[in-house]
Amino acid sequence: MFEKMFSPQILNLLQQSLLETLYMVGVSGAIAVLIGIPLGVALVVTHRGALLECVWFNRALGLVVNATRSVPFVILMVAIIPFTRWVAQTSIGTTAAIVPLAVAAIPFMARIAENAMREVDRGLITAARAMGASPMQIITKVILPEAMPGLVAGTIVTLVSLIGYSAMAGAIGGGGLGDLGIRYGYQRFLPEVMLAVVVVLVLLVQAVQSFGDWLVRRMSHR
Amino acid sequence: MIHIDQLYKTYDSPHGRFEALAGISLDVKKGEIFGIIGPSGAGKSTLVQCINLLERPDSGTIRIGDQTLTGLSESALRRERRRIGMIFQHFNLLSRRTVYENVALPLEIAGVARGDIRARVEALLALVGLEHLKDRFPSQISGGQKQRVGIARALANEPDVLLSDEATSALDPETTHTILALLRDINRKTGVTVVMITHQMEVVREICDRVAVLSHGHAVEVGRTLDVFSSPTHEVTRAMVSAATASDLTESTREAVRARMQAEGTAHPASSVRLLRLSLSGLSDTDSVLTSLAGEFGLGVHVVQARIEDIQGASVGTLFVTVRGAQDALDCATTALGQRKIDVQEVDRV
Repeated sequence: MFEKMFSPQILNLLQQSLLETLYMVGVSGAIAVLIGIPLGVALVVTHRGALLECVWFNRALGLVVNATRSVPFVILMVAIIPFTRWVAQTSIGTTAAIVPLAVAAIPFMARIAENAMREVDRGLITAARAMGASPMQIITKVILPEAMPGLVAGTIVTLVSLIGYSAMAGAIGGGGLGDLGIRYGYQRFLPEVMLAVVVVLVLLVQAVQSFGDWLVRRMSHR
Repeated sequence: MIHIDQLYKTYDSPHGRFEALAGISLDVKKGEIFGIIGPSGAGKSTLVQCINLLERPDSGTIRIGDQTLTGLSESALRRERRRIGMIFQHFNLLSRRTVYENVALPLEIAGVARGDIRARVEALLALVGLEHLKDRFPSQISGGQKQRVGIARALANEPDVLLSDEATSALDPETTHTILALLRDINRKTGVTVVMITHQMEVVREICDRVAVLSHGHAVEVGRTLDVFSSPTHEVTRAMVSAATASDLTESTREAVRARMQAEGTAHPASSVRLLRLSLSGLSDTDSVLTSLAGEFGLGVHVVQARIEDIQGASVGTLFVTVRGAQDALDCATTALGQRKIDVQEVDRV
């Protein structure tokens, strides 16, 4: 069906845009997990009454996380252009777009991870302390494994959000499906392109979500 | 084995200061099963959490064997905690680990080598009778089985002491009985000292050698289970024992009995009818009490209410009977029972 509606050029663009989206979302998502989860751990264990109580640090970190999350993505993207330029050596293009995406996703993931870990039964932590476990052992052997289903579910939510944010990356020449939709679908009055972009996005999100659900089910079967 | 000296612990809350422990001193002997009982808010949980310093007391010392715990640094404390196993009311098993992996956890934490872990875990699972469930997850096993996993886990590092924080409070009576039997068995086999925190008198009665009664942060009575049960001295103890052993009559029962006694009295005008309360303690000679009353003294005996239990070999409890007979027969009977160390109290007479 697509072949009839579109010229080979458009199909090519669609494929390229999809790859760009996957690249942007994949890399920024990985960064969000690698940095966001340890941040989440830091937020959980420094809370009042927790393992490594340190209220001032907890408050400070919490403020930074909240502040970053408060800025609408579109504004964040533009506001950190100097930083983006410093990290990626350029302020336009797909790779450059990864910078604001990661900056937005890290605090998001941190909060999600924090909540998932908060849900772990306090009794388990008490039992681990009674066994003579060190704080590091408690984090790696009790809190993280027990929170895993929640962390996986949270990562999926982050990835889906990133797919949405990546559409705005088109504004700084980031490419991707959103950019394609706006430039060809909207600005060049080609509604079929817009439709195609939407369909591909829906399928992409559905695939990510289904994979995530399957993964969580497998883990929670325990 | 365990020496608790002048423990004080106060909690600050928005509602004010709450003194959970107000100078508690206790000694637990090596190899015994020691019970700590008391009503809610008495300080039991705080006390047990201070023993392995999960909570730090404000002042006082805790000594286990020859090692004082209260002055230790966190890392030294962690090492010492391996000598103390703990089981919990809600089991606290890791849901994403199998039974085997849960029991292996303390060994992993202690840095035991992989190969050694396997042998030890399998021995522990055999001890609690769960070898056939080693690859199941906690969600797939029953409450009693979960507590057995908890017990196996607590014994992993071969501790000197086992702390039980209301470990049977969430189990049904039959399962409670099984778990208590298992604990007693382990105590006899391995000599591990057991401290049982509970609010259930039945638990203390069933396996504790000695017991301490807590009330408002104080240890108000300490002694052998048998003595504390049969001759409680403090009013808190008396209230708890009485509630558990039906040692009082309700108002309605009293009135019903009174009515019957009056009817009996009218039917036998030459006799007196008395309502007696017989208290049997560990010292009582309880052989054929009722037969004596009826046969020896020729009294008409009617049992109103009775609860008598075997506490570690002795019959202990309270018996309410109405006895009908001639005045001097009644007096003789009362004296004779007294000589057999059965405490007789006249509750009512017609």
